[in-house]
Amino acid sequence: MSAPTRRQIFETRQRRRANGIAAASTCAVLVSVVLLVPLAPGWEAVQRSFFNAEVFANTFPGLLNAFLLDVAIFAWCAPLIAALGLLVALARDLRTPALYPVRLLAIAYTDVFRGLPVILVIYLIGFGIPGLGLPRPWNSPYIWGSLALILVYAAYVAEVIRSGIESIHQSQRAAALSLGLSGADTMRFVILPQALRRVVPANMNLFVALQKDVALLSFIGPVEIFRQAGVYKSLMANFTPYVGAAIIFLAITIPATRYADYLMNITRRTQS
Amino acid sequence: MPTLSLHDVRKSFGGNRVLDGIDLTVRTGEMICLIGASGSGKSTLLRCMNLLEPIDDGRILLDGADISEPGLDPQPIRARIGMVFQSYNLFPHMSALDNVMLAPRRVRGLTREALRGPCAALFERFGLSDRMAHYPDQLSGGQQQRVAIIRALAMEPEIMLFDEITSALDPELVGEVLDVLRDLRGTGMTMVLATHEMGFARDLADRICFLDQGRICEEGPPSEIFSRPREARTRAFLSRVLQGGMAG
Ligand SMILES: Nc1ncnc2c1ncn2[C@@H]1O[C@H](COP(=O)(O)OP(=O)(O)OP(=O)(O)O)[C@@H](O)[C@H]1O
Ligand SMILES: [Mg+2]
Repeated sequence: MSAPTRRQIFETRQRRRANGIAAASTCAVLVSVVLLVPLAPGWEAVQRSFFNAEVFANTFPGLLNAFLLDVAIFAWCAPLIAALGLLVALARDLRTPALYPVRLLAIAYTDVFRGLPVILVIYLIGFGIPGLGLPRPWNSPYIWGSLALILVYAAYVAEVIRSGIESIHQSQRAAALSLGLSGADTMRFVILPQALRRVVPANMNLFVALQKDVALLSFIGPVEIFRQAGVYKSLMANFTPYVGAAIIFLAITIPATRYADYLMNITRRTQS
Repeated sequence: MPTLSLHDVRKSFGGNRVLDGIDLTVRTGEMICLIGASGSGKSTLLRCMNLLEPIDDGRILLDGADISEPGLDPQPIRARIGMVFQSYNLFPHMSALDNVMLAPRRVRGLTREALRGPCAALFERFGLSDRMAHYPDQLSGGQQQRVAIIRALAMEPEIMLFDEITSALDPELVGEVLDVLRDLRGTGMTMVLATHEMGFARDLADRICFLDQGRICEEGPPSEIFSRPREARTRAFLSRVLQGGMAG
């Protein structure tokens, strides 16, 4: 390695200075928060109710256990959402006259399910259909609640995939067609692989949202983490279990969101 | 024997009349250069020839059969006519070799194993043997354009169409692509080129067609068009571009 240039020496010194100042001011703020917040009136009540160490230690393992159900529901919904989303996205591009009803259905489907609050769909399908008096196991809220999530999220995924398909430049299609490839092969081998790659980050953000919305199923029965935290709260008359649940969600969603942002930046850079 | 012939071909985009009665016959083994100002309809004419654009009126015959019949399946026709674009249009998610193999595999039903030999020979012929596994963004513009030509040739087309294939290249890369065209010319490939490379057109074309406002204003062998153009508009166009330093 050669000796650093004058500019590099200058920039290194500047950077060190900036880092020092940033560290010092962050420490000052942290220290004052730690020292001052407990002095605030009512802090003791807040601490007892939200940050109770004993309650936390007693409930956290149970919460983690309940979160496994959230993960399981996510795990069986996600692949079905991806598959249905892809099918709907492709159906919206059908140009064959005989298949026009399929196209129309796909358009109506995405419009309806993107236009409804998730919780409303969960109540309608998750409560409504088992309420028709179906025999076991077909009255399970797991089945119908999952279906509600799948229907809503596949509509969003379909829109994302379609925007990806539309973002592929017309010249790629022209090149594929000029080689004699059929329309279906052009989509399958040329357009779709590029489109799907482009929308990975956007879809990841959707799946982070899905992981959070799994908690909504608690309203129709399954004792997943949100419901479990509610049980503990009533039992102990304390809000700390909800804070525990929040920490578990954040431990999953923050890294996933960061990763999606990172992928998004890479895609943006390679496209420009 | 005429291979491809156009009769009174017309094409409009909205109210914009882009091709206004084109008559042109491309004979087997012939190399035709289309010249003309920007917007004169060269690209549109080439795209109509391999049915990427449907024509509004007139007829296009390939070996005597009308391929411009509305409602005809364009796929088998396009497989017989190769096309290379100004912007290469390689598939960025595939290696150079996969770009070349895709259409022969899907359209002609050949296997990778059967294609490996002939494809390797094409890469070898155009000096790209060591680039087969590279992705398009790892190749220079000249290399990408040569891969695009190989991709079209792998379908063993009867005619090749080239749309200003050197226009997007850095000047020092133009030569390697023109060499490929020279090589193809030597093998007797039937070719139609839209080009701004006047020197190349003068040296190699059998025939020059000067397009102006969607019509073939003048056509003939390069010796006539470049030395004794009959039409005033041809003279004006040539003096404009040759002055611009494109004479080389
Ligand atoms: N898809 C399209 N939709 C609408 N108008 C078009 C389309 N393609 C071409 N045109 C118009 O047709 C005319 C001829 O375009 P064309 O690309 O064929 O010209 P060109 O001779 O190839 O020009 P250049 O030398 O700039 O490539 C232009 O006015 C252009 O705007
Ligand atoms: Mg053009």
